[in-house]
Amino acid sequence: MRYEAPDSLEGAVALLAAANGDARVLAGGTDLLVQMRADVLEPELIVDIKRIPETRAVTEEKGGWRIGAAVTGAELKEHPRLKKVWPGVVEAANLIGSTQVQGRATLGGNLCNGSPAADSVPALIAAGALATLAGPRGKRDLPVEDVMLGPRKLALQKGEMVASFLLPARPARSSDAYLRFIPRTEMDIAVVGAGVSLTLDGGGVITAARVSLGAVAARVLLVSEAAQAIIGSRLDKPAQDRLEAAARAVCRPIDDKRGTIEFRIDVAAVLARRTALIALDRARTN
Amino acid sequence: MGETNGHSQANGQHYVGTRQIRPDGADKVTGRARFGADYNLAGQLIGRVLRSPHPHARIVSIDTSKAEALPGVKAVITRQDFADQPSEFIPAGEMMMNYKDVVRNVMAREKALYEGHAVAAVAATSTAIARRALKLIDVKYEVLPHVIDVVEAMRPDAPLLHDDLFTVGVEPKPEKPSNIAKRVEIKQGDVAAGFKKADLIIEREFKTAPVHQGYIEPHAALATVSEDGSTELWTTTQGHFIVRAHCARLLGLDIGKVRVTATEIGGGFGGKTVVYLEPLAIALSKKAKRPVKMVMSREEVFKASGPTSGATVRVKMGATKDGKFVAAFAELKYQAGAFQGSPVQPGTMCAYAPYDIENVHVIGYDVVSNRPKVAAYRAPGAPISEYAVESVVDEIAKKLGLDPIELRMMNAAHEGTKAAYGPKFGPIGLEETLNSIKKTEHWNTPLRKWQGRGVASGFWFNIGGETSVSLTVNEDGTISLMAGTPDIGGLRASLASVAADELGVSYDKVRPIIGDTGSLGFNFLTGGSRSAFSGSMAIVEAAKQIKAELCARACKLWEAKPDQVEWKDGAVRPLGALAEKVKPMTIADFAKVSGKTGGPIGGVGRINAQGAGPSFGTHLVDLEVDPETGRTTILRYTVAQDAGRALHPAYVEGQFQGGAVQGIGWALNEEYVYGTDGKLQNAGFLDYRMPVASDVPMIDAILVEVGNPKHPYGVRGVGETPIVPPLGAIANAMENATGIRFTELPMSPPKVLKALKEKGLNKV
Amino acid sequence: MAKHHIEATVNGDAVEFLCETEDTLLDVLRDTLQLTGSKEGCASGDCGACSVTLDGRLVCSCLVLGCEVAGRKIETIEGLAKGETLHPLQKQFLEHAALQCGICTPGFLVAGKALLEKTLDPTETEVRYWLAGNLCRCTGYDKIVSAVMDTAAAMRKG
Repeated sequence: MRYEAPDSLEGAVALLAAANGDARVLAGGTDLLVQMRADVLEPELIVDIKRIPETRAVTEEKGGWRIGAAVTGAELKEHPRLKKVWPGVVEAANLIGSTQVQGRATLGGNLCNGSPAADSVPALIAAGALATLAGPRGKRDLPVEDVMLGPRKLALQKGEMVASFLLPARPARSSDAYLRFIPRTEMDIAVVGAGVSLTLDGGGVITAARVSLGAVAARVLLVSEAAQAIIGSRLDKPAQDRLEAAARAVCRPIDDKRGTIEFRIDVAAVLARRTALIALDRARTN
Repeated sequence: MGETNGHSQANGQHYVGTRQIRPDGADKVTGRARFGADYNLAGQLIGRVLRSPHPHARIVSIDTSKAEALPGVKAVITRQDFADQPSEFIPAGEMMMNYKDVVRNVMAREKALYEGHAVAAVAATSTAIARRALKLIDVKYEVLPHVIDVVEAMRPDAPLLHDDLFTVGVEPKPEKPSNIAKRVEIKQGDVAAGFKKADLIIEREFKTAPVHQGYIEPHAALATVSEDGSTELWTTTQGHFIVRAHCARLLGLDIGKVRVTATEIGGGFGGKTVVYLEPLAIALSKKAKRPVKMVMSREEVFKASGPTSGATVRVKMGATKDGKFVAAFAELKYQAGAFQGSPVQPGTMCAYAPYDIENVHVIGYDVVSNRPKVAAYRAPGAPISEYAVESVVDEIAKKLGLDPIELRMMNAAHEGTKAAYGPKFGPIGLEETLNSIKKTEHWNTPLRKWQGRGVASGFWFNIGGETSVSLTVNEDGTISLMAGTPDIGGLRASLASVAADELGVSYDKVRPIIGDTGSLGFNFLTGGSRSAFSGSMAIVEAAKQIKAELCARACKLWEAKPDQVEWKDGAVRPLGALAEKVKPMTIADFAKVSGKTGGPIGGVGRINAQGAGPSFGTHLVDLEVDPETGRTTILRYTVAQDAGRALHPAYVEGQFQGGAVQGIGWALNEEYVYGTDGKLQNAGFLDYRMPVASDVPMIDAILVEVGNPKHPYGVRGVGETPIVPPLGAIANAMENATGIRFTELPMSPPKVLKALKEKGLNKV
Repeated sequence: MAKHHIEATVNGDAVEFLCETEDTLLDVLRDTLQLTGSKEGCASGDCGACSVTLDGRLVCSCLVLGCEVAGRKIETIEGLAKGETLHPLQKQFLEHAALQCGICTPGFLVAGKALLEKTLDPTETEVRYWLAGNLCRCTGYDKIVSAVMDTAAAMRKG
């Protein structure tokens, strides 16, 4: 098993493109190492991207924020301004695992692990984030909701890797939130995850919204019907009911050791509502 | 009690009952302490086990040739390397072991009986080579239908695990084998007549899932076998003398030639009282002629070491309208895993033990199924049966409009009560624990909507058993104390306090260690809440010998008669007129002149400790349910338990708190999840959900001390009782919060939400 | 495939070691550097018994590769005490009897120290959530949380 730690995106892309067998990107390793130890994966090549500056930086760009794919959840939390603008994204990244895991886990890894239960992905999708991919044919941007196609299936081509994420500029009176359901208080994989981002007008009416649900389908969903359900409202009870119905309707979950189908659908509705209310409350004070 | 046992230092200070720093403390907080996997020997090989992927299969053939040919592989073992054992029950200490089952659990013979069952093992020069070698072993299986659930396994047409298992305890004796190994029964009075007297009868059926002890340290063993057959073994175990007995038997060795050291142990809770890796490591080392080290992965711990039973329990109780229990019946069906031996017998005995009931009848079934062989888990069998009983007691209270503590007080077992399982209780502390709970601020704090409060009591017998300790006075007056029961929770601190008080020396002058099997007489394992109880008793014996010896030496030195001297407050003291002629002599004084006055000073305590007193506990819990998701938060928790006499209050409190939190996990989230393929789906700490720090509040611990008159200090074992009440207390609190009686554990969110939905209650 | 030759700093000391690509930092610490204070409870980042700090960041060493730590600073349980002087957290753990079997204790101490380096005034809830990645099966966490809170209080006083 080879290990390489290139210091440029081009270097990493070249290694990935030239690899014969299974080549894996290493950022925080919180999924990769577990899968290797469990004999689920036996890569021939590990490409550690943490020495590449673009993957480790958090910078303002075009009024928004560019976050490197290998920035850890803990670093996001410590950033002085990011959590004020995107509290949902930051809190989602900091719900992954434990303090120790957050010291290593990254947005890039969380997305590219390809689990529909990933905590940070619904928040990124609700935020309208773009994933910037670097590959043999150069860079391209994909909305985050288009990156994960199914469990462990990504839209990345051979040699491509996620270099960074771009969170868009934020209008005034906007905010976001992320909630997940787990049976304990920490450590569990999300049984349901909900990310909501919204913008209010001066009268407190929702003018824009994005709602994303995780762990209720084969990929993390962008639920436009749920957004439509609340745009134009102040998230009063009828709007909440419409939101819940839209959330229920879109779920196609599985029965597994973490939750039943019925349970996931019920909880998706409840979480969508609770998350939207938190985002609303935050947007009012923003 | 609560004061000294009349023993103290010359300056009046005593250590028993105070919170000393544990003697092994510095090593434990610096990473210096050596646990099982921390031991290494030069030239050692790494051993790993090949395990069956099938829950039930005939092992047709095993071809190890390719593995043996892999460079770096030094030995491979299979069933052929273990002699078969006849089917007979042989005592190993106080346990009765059927070695025919033990040898098969350690290494499968005719069949693989659970996913994870050991089928072969290799020793190689590195972990990587050992893992590769396992992949080269070719095992041909004939897959058989499997059965997991206990009720399924009892059906006459269930897949049969053992064709020589005929149910014991039924008349007439069955002609056909089955999966029901045993039927046990206890009876007192006449329950049929009793139920006729009842104004209220409640009958309920309960179901629990298998749960694992969850120790953080996986099993580990390091063995080295010499050319003359003498064997040294380091293993993380609760009973190294038992390990020695098992290994000697399984490998045909003389007991005296096997020397076992118990390493520091990272949790056991009963799960490390049996052997898994040890016989394999020894067999590999013998074959490879090099030391062999073996450590289980977490997945192996879940798949191949014994959790406790899952069970189905039916309880029927009758009470008068005033609340007097007049009849109590229960039928317990416990899974044993692949080989017989579930804790259904103690489950049967404990079910109604907290109550004084004239008419009791409990039946229990021990049933095998295709799961890892069950191992003891803290008060084995009792949490399950007492969960069921405490739930019904709660329902009786509610239906009769009685306070749940008052109802228990009315029926509480007390001194003189004859327990349905046989003995008459001496002084016991159940009523005191109930009263303690009643007086707490916790009990009297109002609750809000969707919050619920539950109370439950529990019992465990505790045991004594064979114990050997040695006390040696060193030349400088310090004391070397060697005990033989591995310290799983702070035992050395308690024993050092006892030795210090007995001999009148300062606590820091006592150095306790856990000796290996070559250094002490037989010690039964650390379990049954016996190590502080028995160890302290044995120290008292050893100290008696030292004190008698020193009095004799004083007589020689002072030319006095025995009635002119006495041991008191840490010294041999001259009495009467003699006191004007000579001064008292302490241990340190005698140590200085030991060579000249008869030689080394020491004592041994070799006892079969009797008189263990039961420990009763009552738990109180407040919780809150989120009606929209079914999620439960534990808000507040109080434990009151009778310790008899707490040798070290902090470590006694620690037992209360640790057991309570294990109970919280068992009640709310822990369970083995099997697929229809008979394979375990959650063999890791991610999906086997034990409580984390943010899941629980502070656990308030109330130390009740109703002294055990049969122990020199009044000690009762405390380690196991704490896990008995939580299941019932939490189920009762859930009922209080939701109005729904949950009869199936764990009360995980999907189950709770479903039940709330069915009643239309899933709204805030 | 040749092994990686890595130079790093462990508890202030310069170390060098060889490792395979798939060896974790935990494997290296325990088997190669013979620092067995960090424990393996699960090898999947779910129990925290292997906790160390990497360039000051609290991580599970079972989730870090040995070959990743070239040029980096690692602090383990063995580096907590300064000579014979125990860290206040180690002292409080002993005073509070915040350990029973002791296997999780190194992980809790490393994690606790990392918390106290961030804040000397955590609430009980903050302590519990910070330590949620450290499993303990013996103590029920009560005395561990008390020990951390009391250490924070003692260190606030100076």
